[in-house]
Amino acid sequence: GPGGGAPLENANPLVYRRSGERPVTAREEDDELPDSIDDREIFDLIRSINDPEHPLTLEELNVVEQVRVKVNDAESTVAVEFTPTIPHCSMATLIGLSIKVKLIRSLPERFKLDVHITPGTHASEHAVNKQLADKERVAAALENSHLLEVVNQCLSARS
Amino acid sequence: MRGRGIQLLSQVLLQCYSLLQEKEVLHLVLFYENRLQDHHLVIPSVLQGLRALSMCEVLSPGLAVSVLKAIFQEVHVQSLLQLDRHTVYSIITNFMGTREEELKGLGADFTFGFIQVMDGEKDPRNLLVAFQIVRDLIAKNYALGPFVEELFEVTSCYFPIDFTPPPNDPHGIQREDLILSLRAVLASTPQFAEFLLPLLIEKMDSDLQSAKLDSLQTLTACCAIYGQKELQEFLPSLWSSLRREVFQTASEKVEAECLAALHALSACLSCSVLSSDTEDLLDSFLSSILQDCRHHLCEPDMKLVWPSAKLLQAAAGASLRAYHCVTSSVLPLLLEQYTKHPQSSQRRTILEMLLGFLELQQKWGHVEEDESTLLSLRAPVCSVVFSALTDPSVQLQLVGIRALTVLGSLQALVPGFLSPSDLELVVDHLIRLALHEEDSQSSEAAMEAAGSLAPLYPKVFSGHMVPRLEEELQSERQEESPCDHRSLRQRCLQALAAVSTHTSIVRETVPVLLQHLRKVQKGSEAGNTQDMVSVCQSLHRVALQCQQDAESCWYYHQTVVPCLLAMAVQAAMQESTHLLLAKALLEEEVLAAMVPVISAATTHLSPELATQSVSHVVPLFLDGEVSFLPQNSFPCSFQPFEDGECLEAQRRLVALLMAFVCSLPRNVAIPQQERLLHELLALSCSCNCPFTATTAAKCFAGLVNKHLAGQQLDEILQLAVNRMELGLAEGPCRMQALTLLLWVTKALVLRYHPLSSCLTDKLLGLLGDTELGPAAADGFSLLMAESPDVLHKGCHADVRIMFRQRFFTDNVPKLVQGFHGAGPDVKANYLKGLSHVLNHLPKPVLVTELPTLLSLLLEALSCSDRVVQLSTLSCLQPLLLEAPQIMSLHVDTLVTKFLSLTSSPTMAVRIAALRCAHALTSLPTTVLLPYKARVIRALAKPLDDKKRLVRKEAVAARGEWFLLGSPGR
Repeated sequence: GPGGGAPLENANPLVYRRSGERPVTAREEDDELPDSIDDREIFDLIRSINDPEHPLTLEELNVVEQVRVKVNDAESTVAVEFTPTIPHCSMATLIGLSIKVKLIRSLPERFKLDVHITPGTHASEHAVNKQLADKERVAAALENSHLLEVVNQCLSARS
Repeated sequence: MRGRGIQLLSQVLLQCYSLLQEKEVLHLVLFYENRLQDHHLVIPSVLQGLRALSMCEVLSPGLAVSVLKAIFQEVHVQSLLQLDRHTVYSIITNFMGTREEELKGLGADFTFGFIQVMDGEKDPRNLLVAFQIVRDLIAKNYALGPFVEELFEVTSCYFPIDFTPPPNDPHGIQREDLILSLRAVLASTPQFAEFLLPLLIEKMDSDLQSAKLDSLQTLTACCAIYGQKELQEFLPSLWSSLRREVFQTASEKVEAECLAALHALSACLSCSVLSSDTEDLLDSFLSSILQDCRHHLCEPDMKLVWPSAKLLQAAAGASLRAYHCVTSSVLPLLLEQYTKHPQSSQRRTILEMLLGFLELQQKWGHVEEDESTLLSLRAPVCSVVFSALTDPSVQLQLVGIRALTVLGSLQALVPGFLSPSDLELVVDHLIRLALHEEDSQSSEAAMEAAGSLAPLYPKVFSGHMVPRLEEELQSERQEESPCDHRSLRQRCLQALAAVSTHTSIVRETVPVLLQHLRKVQKGSEAGNTQDMVSVCQSLHRVALQCQQDAESCWYYHQTVVPCLLAMAVQAAMQESTHLLLAKALLEEEVLAAMVPVISAATTHLSPELATQSVSHVVPLFLDGEVSFLPQNSFPCSFQPFEDGECLEAQRRLVALLMAFVCSLPRNVAIPQQERLLHELLALSCSCNCPFTATTAAKCFAGLVNKHLAGQQLDEILQLAVNRMELGLAEGPCRMQALTLLLWVTKALVLRYHPLSSCLTDKLLGLLGDTELGPAAADGFSLLMAESPDVLHKGCHADVRIMFRQRFFTDNVPKLVQGFHGAGPDVKANYLKGLSHVLNHLPKPVLVTELPTLLSLLLEALSCSDRVVQLSTLSCLQPLLLEAPQIMSLHVDTLVTKFLSLTSSPTMAVRIAALRCAHALTSLPTTVLLPYKARVIRALAKPLDDKKRLVRKEAVAARGEWFLLGSPGR
């Protein structure tokens, strides 16, 4: 990683601006009215995940975008597409795993989650997607303390 | 035996060294020097004796040197115990303090001797002393001779300091003490440069962030005493290390220290005095920076653009010369890049960088014309900034507006930078953005920019901007919807206030605002109230901006206060004579908006002018003396304190009296004060209108707070107490009496008046009253909180700084006792009162008082009153963060209560409970782990809360609980 001295795969990536905090509306402050879970809310869950390599968030690297998040609150489904910065990015699985874990920890159990690579943006797209969709594999990955450590770092609030 | 003997002698000497004669000292010294050769068990006592002798003033010349030589020769210091080593350092320190010349006679031998003494020292207490000795060696010019490198080695081997004080360390030495002490040694002489710089370069690459930071800070410290000569050889490596760190680091701290070091290097090179045959390295150093960074500025979307710009700005900010060198290359490049990149987001980045460089110019004050790169770039810079102002992207506009402010202030430094026509263009842009830009951020930013530029160009703004705003304010446009028209007027009002930052402009804007207020009052449009409130808000802002300037302040007071009073009196009389529809001007909202205007116009008056003003205002209210008002022909008389149904409207104006009379400086005498107090007291107890009664009570309290202590005050207070007791006893005015009690109690608590405890007890008693209890409980919040209009420091009230702590100490035990003795129907009142007191207490005090109250707070969590729940949660949340050890003892209760409150029917309680559940994670992990599974399971439910704001807190809390005890946290 950075600071360790090993050269980065992509040392000077394109950087995108962070969207601001979602403004709180009067409706949201009303005790009675329900707020349904929408795309922005899901995007807010994953946009500040740290990239495993750069001191940047997935949003700043444009790995995740709000337009690639689809939620259906009534049917309890969430689909997230993410875009690795380069087609051979070796971190793609790890990034996908971080997104998936973040959603598992943050969404009600009723939701069915689908996290996959934006079609045509990664060399091993199919293989990565298959791993991410495999519940047993994801569970096993989180038993691996090294992997869990990296995922947790991605999900920790940056100091 | 010898050991015991010498120990005794040494202890005696430590007591009486100051009484010894020169000859006695000589004998003792010779004896002790000889004893240094004795058995090693005796040595500690010998050293104690020598330490005593080293403090003798009558020590003959030559003895100090002889003692030190003997120690250097006979004692292997590092094989002694810590305390004995410390004794040796003390002897050396004592001699250095009193025998400097003699010691210097030893030449470099002294330095060498000391190096051997401290070589291998490990104890932090001794190191602090040893480092101080080295600093003195260098600072006082002791001969280092051939031992510079040895002296460096014997100290630099501790760099970077890696020391963690043991838990419960009684010596209190912190890592930071050692770091600073060592840094002072290493950065004390250029002679160390050739050894130190390679070490720093090596440690900057360390994996430890603390080592990086220490190296960078030491480098910065060195630059203050180094010259070009010392740096020369290392510049390329220093630069490449700094660049690597800034380009790669994730830490803002490391980045900031790198930039500070680069700034220091550039400053050092800029001001080194060079001999005639030396080449100036600043230019070549800067060109290597330019070479490595410049091309990144052309990639405004890429990660390295900002690190590069910051590096260049750090180097450029060091001196005017560096600034020229960097900006003459970078500014034209940025201007060109701006044109090349059409996207708003890219342009924004480029303009922000440009702005950074422009702002640096301000560091050097006035600049000669021919020295300025900027002047030659005048036209392109202006056109770039103006183009940003018309861009559809709000973000780019905002940067453009900031740039305008900077350009405007540059004019003062670089004369001729903006032509008069440029300035008019600037003002046109500001007006357009302020009034017509859809986005409120841009509009507000434009108003702020106008406010900061106006004092620099008062003529342009008063001649150009104010008339335009006035015209827009008065125009009656038919084509627009009333809603657009209203928001345009609103913007005009705000802009008029924002631009009133110069006394000549204030004289233009205040009449416009007052004129508009009159016009709105006469109009019959719906929504008048809101319009009047807006004018008052603008007037308030202008008042605040006038406060620091005595002339503007008096102008404002004289113009605005009589005018507002006249309008209010007029409206009140029309109402009392015709009993027409209520005038908007007399609505609570409008009167409440006038209060801060009058108050801000009064607080900063000089005592003389305030006295002049009070001699008009008080007779107006007491005697209907209207002659000083601008339009003073009124249909009937003004007598707000008289009885009578139809005078209700007049009585409301006590709010304006309060705003004025409670804001006066304390040394201004109020005419007929006692009569005024009686009238206010009567009004507060008897008036049926809650607004008027409360206002009268506040006004009474505000005056009582500032009233001179003595018989008069005691009498009026006694009267007030009697009225209150009467009112509280029974009848229709109990609520008014409680309000008066609250405000008078506050007035007295603030000034530590002896009567305050008696009044507080009455209030505590009322907590058990089924009718008034809840209101009395809420009153504790009023007592503790800062009130916005009266009884605060800003209006010269007598406020003792510790009043909250004192109130806490005096009354919390009573609240707790009251709670335990109270019946079930009123128990919540005591908890509520307690919550209010705790909520306003400074957190450090709260943390120390916590253990006694915690059980009650935990009980309060089970109280069904949501105000109690909410304030208890907001009280506990910071305690979880600041006193995790104490809170750990109650983890079981806390977890249970917090989790149960996450399903409260009230959103605010659910949010606060989740924040507390989140804050729990700062308790020690081992305490929490048994609860982890349960909490994570329980927090799954609020993840599906119907309110988004609750879900957000649940996500944050649950995420943190997942990380507990897990790798990578």
